[in-house]
Amino acid sequence: MSNVQLDATRRSGGWTALRPSGESLALLAVLALLVVLFSALTDRFLTGATFASIAFQLPELGLLTLAMMIPLLSGGLNLAVTFSANLSGLVLAWTLTWLGGADAGLGAMILGMALAILAGAAIGWVLGMVVAYTGAHPILASLAMMIFLRGLGEFLTRGASISGFPPALIAIGQGTFLGIPAPLLVFLGAIGVWALILNRTRLGFTIYMLGSNPDASRYSGVNTRRALVMVYLLSSVMCAVAGIVMAARFNSVRVGHGEAYLLITVLACFLGRVDPFGGFGRIAPVVLALVILQVIGSGLNLLGTNQHLATALWGGILIVVMGLRYLWGRYGQALFRSVSS
Amino acid sequence: MDDTARSGDTLLLKLEHVSKRFGGVQALDDVAFEVHPGEVLCLAGENGSGKSTLIKTISGVHQPDPGAVMEWRGETLGSMDPASARGIGIQVIWQDLALFPHMSVAENIAFERNLGARPTVVDYATMRREADAILSRLGVEIDLDAPVSSLSIARRQLVAIARALVADAALIFMDEPTASLSRAETEALIDIVRRLSYEGIAVVFVSHRLAEVLDICSRVTVLRDGKLVGTYPTEGMTQTRLTELMTGATFDYETHTSRATDGTPILETERLGRAGEYEDVSLSIAPGEIVGLTGRLGSGRTELALSIFGMTPPDRGRILLEGRPLRLGSNRDAIDAGIAYVSEDRLSLGLVQDQPIEDNVVVTVLDRLLGSAGLLSPARKAEVADDWIARLKVKIGQPSDAVSTLSGGNQQRIVLAKWLATRPKLLILDSPTVGVDVGARAGIFDIVDGLAREGMAILLISDETPEVYFNADRVLHMRDGRIVETFRPDAMALDDMEAAVHG
Repeated sequence: MSNVQLDATRRSGGWTALRPSGESLALLAVLALLVVLFSALTDRFLTGATFASIAFQLPELGLLTLAMMIPLLSGGLNLAVTFSANLSGLVLAWTLTWLGGADAGLGAMILGMALAILAGAAIGWVLGMVVAYTGAHPILASLAMMIFLRGLGEFLTRGASISGFPPALIAIGQGTFLGIPAPLLVFLGAIGVWALILNRTRLGFTIYMLGSNPDASRYSGVNTRRALVMVYLLSSVMCAVAGIVMAARFNSVRVGHGEAYLLITVLACFLGRVDPFGGFGRIAPVVLALVILQVIGSGLNLLGTNQHLATALWGGILIVVMGLRYLWGRYGQALFRSVSS
Repeated sequence: MDDTARSGDTLLLKLEHVSKRFGGVQALDDVAFEVHPGEVLCLAGENGSGKSTLIKTISGVHQPDPGAVMEWRGETLGSMDPASARGIGIQVIWQDLALFPHMSVAENIAFERNLGARPTVVDYATMRREADAILSRLGVEIDLDAPVSSLSIARRQLVAIARALVADAALIFMDEPTASLSRAETEALIDIVRRLSYEGIAVVFVSHRLAEVLDICSRVTVLRDGKLVGTYPTEGMTQTRLTELMTGATFDYETHTSRATDGTPILETERLGRAGEYEDVSLSIAPGEIVGLTGRLGSGRTELALSIFGMTPPDRGRILLEGRPLRLGSNRDAIDAGIAYVSEDRLSLGLVQDQPIEDNVVVTVLDRLLGSAGLLSPARKAEVADDWIARLKVKIGQPSDAVSTLSGGNQQRIVLAKWLATRPKLLILDSPTVGVDVGARAGIFDIVDGLAREGMAILLISDETPEVYFNADRVLHMRDGRIVETFRPDAMALDDMEAAVHG
């Protein structure tokens, strides 16, 4: 690419998340390979039903992964994502139950969702303040928050689930709009908002700098504490969105629902090339990684294998990818250089 | 020193026709290099001149291109790897020291012999005994059980030297060993190096600080652009001459008559104090004036600068900018008021090394990059970054490359760029040439001189007396947190200032 072209890309772009990088292309290749593989193994794979099921299942994990991604980019972690989602879901459920349960009106639903998001924001604000001001490691701070939320939720619900929501809410989880599953639309919207924040706002710029070197960022006049509070606040608000979608999809809320997603969100981020030490990572590869994980899950499900095998494969894939990345770094680039010179 | 008298002995190391090519870069081009036993030799050259490549070739990290002749104690050396190089007694102490920060002093010193090479049972008693013996041979006392992370840089260096000695080194390369040491610590290190030399261990010094190079070494080998310029005795060599050899250009050094202009001083401090750091500091800097601030390490220079930059609040006194008292809640307030601070620690505080060059330039001025709907505009970001990269003539690959890909001098230009982008009235430069080549230093100070002539006030902090002597209009001497004297470089000799500060 000539300098002029590169320069033009720089000036017009900024949407680096949407420009195919080498990483995205590699993940696309893996995805294509999986699709071909599953299509060859079962003729039920390449059907609308499969894609509909993926489209309904992906957003839950996807929204939680987005919630995990921003703290990871900032050099931290949020172990409280699933229980933050549960607690926000509970706030929604309580509001709806209080205002009529399955017969609650649209106003009650909107109020419930607003309160759920407010609850998420409050959780994130507290977590962010702890991380930013006490200097506690985000693993410890968010672990404490996770255990607190789980205990609180179980105490308040006695471990039972709350169900019976109005049809308008259930539509968010199970309905379609213009043929597109509603949860997928929510997820696409969330991706858009996240891409905008990460690529085009001061906060997003700061998150990357902060993730690479908090001290140098602070010396440059960046208010790193405020940025950290915002990181966890945004993360928890995204958890609340996930909590709302989960409540809508299952027509019930239970503390502990989706607990198994916690580490899968971390896995999806790393598979999507988010640097575990912070500072680097883009939206597009992370979304691709999510799709890959979901395709493996759905494909194996169609083949009639046990769900546990899918879990094993998810982990296995990341191990293989780390190996391939090492080999590429070690030999691939040298090969590429010798060919090009 | 009479080290050169030993040249009749068998050479310890002899290299001829050593070349090394990396892709399109000729890192070393037909270099010859000799070290006598027990000699203290300096390897001088700017960044990219091939110093590191030469050391890596000798220590077995790189293989020289065919045709090279390498002899050790008169015998031809075959192909080497780092382990075999250490085996025959070649040790390298890199600038980062490569110690294990959480392990004890004894464990670090004895690593090679007791831990690394023998994965059997660790014999702590022997380990401590050996470490203790080596440290007393060096004439230093360090707590053997202290974790290395608790030691000062100077002491860590001693641990690294001790580790090399345990491995029976006959030739030790030291890469920029004094870069982060104070004058006193440097003197102590030089004593150690002399002691090693006396024991017959040869030391090759790589240093940017020419004064100490000339002071400690008997000969200096100069590289430029991967080629050998020559090897010269240090007797009779001047700093100016050495600089010319390294850069291939001539510089004229002269002091400045004051560039200060009349009018309200840009910065004034009135009896500023902060417990345990600095006391009763009153100073003023006029528009266009470069004020030097020198003193030994721990004299409170950086602490004072951090308070003026809003990072640590002073306990007493006032800071005035253009006659108006400042209330600084954070460094953001200072930046908004027109104060910029170039940190002494470029690697971890000055730049976010892994992130793109352009992002490092604009990080201080994000507010100015906002376009429609309050979003960051990529076009404006590119514009601001390109503008400053061009104005300061920074040599870069792509603006999206990590800033760590740049040389020290170009990195420092990026630091200047990011602060000049804030359009400061006062620029505080804290040891701005640490790790920057001689040739690149002159370039940095040309920029600074230009800024002063445009009316910027500059506070230049440095513990290298020549740096403040040749670049400042006025020099404040700080000792134990107080300003004790003011010098005028145009009215005194460099040696007198040096003696007053470090004597």
